[in-house]
Amino acid sequence: MVLAAILVVAAAACSGEYPQSTLHPTADFGEQIDVLFRTIFWWAVGVFVVVESALIFVLFRYRDRRGAADPKHVHGHTLLEVAWTLAPAVVLVFIAVPTIRTIFRTEQAPPADALTVEVIGHQWWWEFRYPESGVVTANEMHVPQGRTVVLSMTSEDVIHSFWVPKLGGKRDVIPGRTTRIVFTPDSIGEVYGQCAEFCGESHANMRFRVMVDTPEAFAAWVDRQRQPAPPADSLDEQQRLGAQVYMSKGCLACHAIQGVSAGVLGPDLTHVGSRTTVASGILPNTAEGLARWLRNPPAEKPGSLMPMVPMTDDEIGALVAYLLRLN
Amino acid sequence: MMHAATAHHSSTGLDSRKLAFWMFIGSECLLFGSLISTYLVYQGRSVQGPTPEEILNIPLTSVSTFVLLMSSLAMVLALAAVTRGDRTWSRVWLLATALLGVGFLGFQAYEFASFVHEGLTLRTNLFGSTFFVLTGTHGAHVFIGVVWLLTLVVRSLQGKLGPDKAMNVEIAGLYWHFVDVVWIVIFTVVYLLS
Amino acid sequence: MATSVAQHAPAGPATLGARLWSWITTTDHKRIGILYGVTAFAFFLLGGLEALIIRLQLASSGNTVVSAEAYNQLFTMHGTTMVFLAIMPLSAAFFNFIIPLQIGARDVAFPRLNAFSYWVFLLGGLFMNASFLVGAAPNGGWFGYANLTSTQYSPGLNIDFWVLGLQILGIASIAAGINFIVTIINLRAPGMKLMRMPVFTWMSLVTQFIIVTAFPVITVALVFLMFDRFFGTTFYSVAAGGDVLLWQHLFWLFGHPEVYILILPAMGIISDVIPTFSRKPLFGYAIVVYSGLLIGVLGWGVWAHHMFQVGLGPIADSVFSATTMLIAIPTGVKIFNWIATMWGGKIRFTTSMLFAVGFIAMFIVGGLSGVMHSSPPADLQQTDTYFVVAHFHYVLFGGSMLGIFAGIYYWWPKVTGRLLSERIGKLHFWLTVIGANLSFFPMHFIGLLGMPRRIYTYDPALGLDTMNLVATIGAFTMGLGALVFVVNVIWSRRRGELAGNDPWGGATLEWAISSPPPVYNFSVIPEVSSRLPMWAEDGMTPVPATPPAPVHVPGGSYWPVVAAIGIVVMAIGAILKSLLITLGGTAVLVVSIYAWSFEHFEV
Repeated sequence: MVLAAILVVAAAACSGEYPQSTLHPTADFGEQIDVLFRTIFWWAVGVFVVVESALIFVLFRYRDRRGAADPKHVHGHTLLEVAWTLAPAVVLVFIAVPTIRTIFRTEQAPPADALTVEVIGHQWWWEFRYPESGVVTANEMHVPQGRTVVLSMTSEDVIHSFWVPKLGGKRDVIPGRTTRIVFTPDSIGEVYGQCAEFCGESHANMRFRVMVDTPEAFAAWVDRQRQPAPPADSLDEQQRLGAQVYMSKGCLACHAIQGVSAGVLGPDLTHVGSRTTVASGILPNTAEGLARWLRNPPAEKPGSLMPMVPMTDDEIGALVAYLLRLN
Repeated sequence: MMHAATAHHSSTGLDSRKLAFWMFIGSECLLFGSLISTYLVYQGRSVQGPTPEEILNIPLTSVSTFVLLMSSLAMVLALAAVTRGDRTWSRVWLLATALLGVGFLGFQAYEFASFVHEGLTLRTNLFGSTFFVLTGTHGAHVFIGVVWLLTLVVRSLQGKLGPDKAMNVEIAGLYWHFVDVVWIVIFTVVYLLS
Repeated sequence: MATSVAQHAPAGPATLGARLWSWITTTDHKRIGILYGVTAFAFFLLGGLEALIIRLQLASSGNTVVSAEAYNQLFTMHGTTMVFLAIMPLSAAFFNFIIPLQIGARDVAFPRLNAFSYWVFLLGGLFMNASFLVGAAPNGGWFGYANLTSTQYSPGLNIDFWVLGLQILGIASIAAGINFIVTIINLRAPGMKLMRMPVFTWMSLVTQFIIVTAFPVITVALVFLMFDRFFGTTFYSVAAGGDVLLWQHLFWLFGHPEVYILILPAMGIISDVIPTFSRKPLFGYAIVVYSGLLIGVLGWGVWAHHMFQVGLGPIADSVFSATTMLIAIPTGVKIFNWIATMWGGKIRFTTSMLFAVGFIAMFIVGGLSGVMHSSPPADLQQTDTYFVVAHFHYVLFGGSMLGIFAGIYYWWPKVTGRLLSERIGKLHFWLTVIGANLSFFPMHFIGLLGMPRRIYTYDPALGLDTMNLVATIGAFTMGLGALVFVVNVIWSRRRGELAGNDPWGGATLEWAISSPPPVYNFSVIPEVSSRLPMWAEDGMTPVPATPPAPVHVPGGSYWPVVAAIGIVVMAIGAILKSLLITLGGTAVLVVSIYAWSFEHFEV
């Protein structure tokens, strides 16, 4: 019965859409780990089958039968014991060698032409900075397919952990230290990531997305991100009202919009409208999702540093219109 | 301190209390080991002064170290006196050990006070935090040892510290010598190697 | 005071108050063992309840059974409770009750210190859980990583309760550890050489050495944290140049040996249970003992495998990976020896034996996933996900807890004089094992498919709702199993079959005396001439039912309780930020130490 349950679960795990799966890697880092994991996994399955079968055999074969004589008192067998000390050692060699090879391969120095992205962890959102192009964004990282990416990571507050299972293993993002992940994405698409080190009340809500673009699409994205925010005279009536709300309700104290405000506590909003999610991956970046977030941030993300600012529905609508215009 | 349920026999021939005390000392080694390791790991990482070079007074501490070392000698003599049943000298040496311990604590109090005066407290920097917690923990051990020794002096004055109770003094001595040895390590690591 | 046998023998109907007082002041290792067992089981149920709430919250994505903050408190207290207040003290219950009987002693080396350990544990556990009453239960996770635990990021009392509570519990553990080392080394009956000791006693000895050496390390880590929080030091402050990884190194230097503190006693239990119910001596006694020792030693060299994801560099990763893999060897050896013990035996499937076999079956899974974690690249995908949650639940529930249940069913008749019901017991076993696998097995996949641990909610897009629901159903099945066990206990107290000295045909000394044992344990200290005295070819000289001469047993003392109260009052003072209360507690502690030292007390 247990076995049946196991099989059902296993079958389920191998099919279907799992956007945050470690088993379907789309970058070299993840693939190298996956190959290693599968090697270890099959060794483990082999050992599991052998040992559990031996156990079941013994339990069945030597169960107490009424009237059987008491067994002979055997105290040990040196040769056997040496053998089963060596057997696991041999299996471990087959695991250790590829392990160490993979360690060194995945922690190699990146090539000089790699794209550096600075990752900064915050309670509870992600900041991504591209020193090469000056782009700053949040909770949604774009990288080009086929080019090696180096993440240079640190934290503004507590320890976080950057984890995009499809790209590769996680790495802690540690205040006072800089840690690194190197990977080369090999297929385009959107993959899910999430903070993996407990970082306080809304640890569960510290999600993000990575968009692997074609090199052309990536270049286009960078270009768009480098555009300044739309000038005030290009805004329509509602958007202009929204911009006023942005200024008057205190948003500007924490957020940056190039040319408008320069707050540093919250995500840079210069191109917030271009992202697919808001509030670090927990709500869709649509008019409804954004409005829901703005109405009461701590209700969506408990402990959120962004407070609930009392606003009328009209004000929220205007602010939403303005923010979505920033794309 | 603890009266053993001195069993009617001991499998090893060792006194149970003494064995327990050795285990306790083993445990304490890990405690001080962790404190000293932390001090070493954090050496030179303070973002502001005062630094150890600026503030540590090695000549003064050498004197206090000497005082503590002498106390160990007195402890040895005290145990010998108790074992041979010499009441007068056991009191003299126990009291001497305790007083030398008090002397060491006096030096430490003076040192702490002057550091605070010169602007180094627990909160000042990593050096302050690691230094005070390490040496403070050691000082607390010395203080407990002094109280223990004075208790033995009182027991002796009450006439309750005959040769049959030599084990009580031996265990106190074990503790005292251990605290002494720890100080040698701290003195070397914190003062001499900085 | 020294008393003769009569004082502890129930002499007629005593008043409730007198009986209560006799328990509070008891220094009898058997009564203290029972106190440990009952208290720890209560904490186990509490930790289990916390687990059930956690599983309810996770049964589907976006559930709102509890808030984020409540969830964080629940998983922190679930882990802290199960490690420090359930499994460790449940093992301690066996140390207390069984070790002196197995080595042929009348009590532990320091009976009052033993009582002190218990009271400190009880009061420390209550202190930590009292945090729920003020709505500020610890919420930083059981490994409480700096700098999340700093005042800046955790300003409430939550972490204060945790940091003080763990220090209190550490005192209890170290005191008990020293006590049992001395007991085992020094109080063995004549002829009970080290290599004749039952494996449970052996593994307990190794465990005590680990406790005595590992707890000071976490104590130092906690002292730093306490100083940071209470006195403004900067040990874990990044701004002051501190390194947050200091905490991780110190914590895991303790934390990994702690894992062996949790598992070795259970390994010892089943090493006694399996031979009894196979009617064969343990296969390769010496190698099982040495592998236990080796696990204890190697356990000190692997801590950084909990830190692969911080980026230690390829060399450190490789070294810690290799040392970790090495531990798989002595562990594997034990499993092979247990199977070989049963090979050719005459296996009786009592409930105790079922739990022991369940231990082996589940521990294999936990061990193999452990090997996967020992490979740093693989671990980078698995750590901090539900995969590691699956791994350590297979080891700590499938291993430690099943082993403890095997021990409970095995020694229950010795403790109470009555057997537990085998029929109810088997129901308990099957519910527990099926529930555990149903709950923990899917967690491997939940983790591999991308669910981090310690999250109170998850994205429905992850596609993990069904598997999480299955895990929740499994958890409730286990919960039902625990209730069935409680029923069994009640049944046994009322109708349990009388056990006699030796209901199982056990080989070790505890089966030579009556159940429950008399207050003095052995009327005459037995001479031991073999590893399996009760199975010796020439038989064992029976221990007479009544002592030929009066036996002195230690009387009671209330100073251990008073001392324990003093310690907890000190902590309460710290929570209330009241120097006066803390000094009051200190005074109580000092007075009780003196009173304890000078009270007339001998065996």
